[in-house]
Amino acid sequence: MKKTIITVVGKDTVGIIARVCTYLADNQINILDISQTIVQGFFNMMMIVDTNLTKKDFGMIVDELEKLGEDIGVVIKCQKEEIFDQMHRI
Amino acid sequence: MINLFEVAETNEMIAKENLDVRTITLGISLLDCIDANLVKLNEKVYQKITTVAKDLVKTGDAIEKEFGIPIVNKRISVTPMALIGGAACKSKEDFVTLAQTMDKAAEAVGVNLIGGYSALVSKGMTRVDEMLIRSIPEALHSTQRVCSSVNLGSTKTGINMDAVRLMGDIIKETAVISADNDSADCMKLVVFCNAPDDNPFMAGAFHGVTEADAVVNVGVSGPGVVKTALTRVRGENFEVLCETIKKTAFKVTRVGQLVAQEASRMLGIPFGIVDLSLAPTPAIGDSVADILCEIGLEYAGAPGTTAALALLNDQVKKGGVMASSYVGGLSGAFIPVSEDQGMIDAVTAGALTLEKLEAMTCVCSVGLDMIAIPGDTKNTTIAGIIADEMAIGMVNQKTTAVRIIPAIGKGVGEKVEFGGLFGYAPIMPVNSFSCEAFVNRRGRIPAPIHSFKN
Repeated sequence: MKKTIITVVGKDTVGIIARVCTYLADNQINILDISQTIVQGFFNMMMIVDTNLTKKDFGMIVDELEKLGEDIGVVIKCQKEEIFDQMHRI
Repeated sequence: MINLFEVAETNEMIAKENLDVRTITLGISLLDCIDANLVKLNEKVYQKITTVAKDLVKTGDAIEKEFGIPIVNKRISVTPMALIGGAACKSKEDFVTLAQTMDKAAEAVGVNLIGGYSALVSKGMTRVDEMLIRSIPEALHSTQRVCSSVNLGSTKTGINMDAVRLMGDIIKETAVISADNDSADCMKLVVFCNAPDDNPFMAGAFHGVTEADAVVNVGVSGPGVVKTALTRVRGENFEVLCETIKKTAFKVTRVGQLVAQEASRMLGIPFGIVDLSLAPTPAIGDSVADILCEIGLEYAGAPGTTAALALLNDQVKKGGVMASSYVGGLSGAFIPVSEDQGMIDAVTAGALTLEKLEAMTCVCSVGLDMIAIPGDTKNTTIAGIIADEMAIGMVNQKTTAVRIIPAIGKGVGEKVEFGGLFGYAPIMPVNSFSCEAFVNRRGRIPAPIHSFKN
């Protein structure tokens, strides 16, 4: 399974999760895990998702999520899991 | 499974601490291009580079997207041109056409620099080697992307002092020919002792003759990451300090390893090495000198600098070696002056001199790098500076290099501007006593006693 990490950081507002999840559902991206906190009013979320079923090119998903983030007023990053695995696991 | 904290840490390194992959350098052998006909040779060189490297930039961009890590440069290194052009080139001008072909090929595939306009003359120079060396000023001046390097000595062979003397003249000539541009061509010219065959960093990258047909080498960066990690252990003992550097270097290098493997897979070209060097840029917070300050120095160059740098370099290697399956290139801390804001500040404050830099090069990778000196410095003095640096490399069985910029028409107190990643450099004073009689002796310095290990 190709796992991807999506992070959302920014000022908290209504509907952040809803809008991100709607985008993922529209693109057949399955959510495996979500963790989310609010630190000093800042919304901080990490999702682990499975991008196996999506028809879209990875680069395009990255760009579209970034754009969605701009619309909501948060920063959304979408990265393959390996970079975190490599860095934090031996 | 990966947790929120770990993901945040990685992204913090990328966003705030300038973690990036400094370069993916594709090494390409041109040995199969050799031809006695110059026109054919140029054609073959162009074809080979543009064929093998056609997907390099695209691949780099795709990896950048996948992992969200900036890959600053995509570059190419080729077999030393003195070996490739030997049969076809009958004059300096013939060699310059090869440089122009390299430049065109680099432009066609979209890389910003191409290395390998090089000669390996650590023991002696062939007629062809000398011809290439003499063509360097014109070759660099008539191209944009070509980088040149000359290996002048090694622990096994000693130092070729005839070539050292010649390079004193060539560096000056390169400065003069680009005088109206702050002698900037000199940035693309470096001389080595013990030059590695697989170095991904410019200006000294070339694809050694012992290498495969094509190979992917990666250089990581991350001075900012190390510096930030050290701010959290202020006042702690050396054990804690060293462990922190090691752990950070491990993390940084793992990113390089991942990118190298991915690039190798996507390009279908074998993975060569990851170069562990801490490579600074002029960006604020991306400085090796700042790490030295964080370790406890007021400025780089203060007493204790050599010890602090030795410690840093060693811990970076210890952490990095375990993170990568193959480590190579230069692998250590780079201490260029113009490319590191902390070093520039240290020079400006009067804390850092050429002599102290020379001492620092004994304990870290590379050597006197991106240093601007007065334009009226004598050729023999430049050769003397090179000879000193080569001797450090030869005796200590390590790579040393000199990339020095005699700023024509300028003197101490003024500065030269290079722009972009190359930054700017205050002109440093040079010891004005003569070494002419020493440098003008013919021949070579023999290899040191400890090189006889057979």
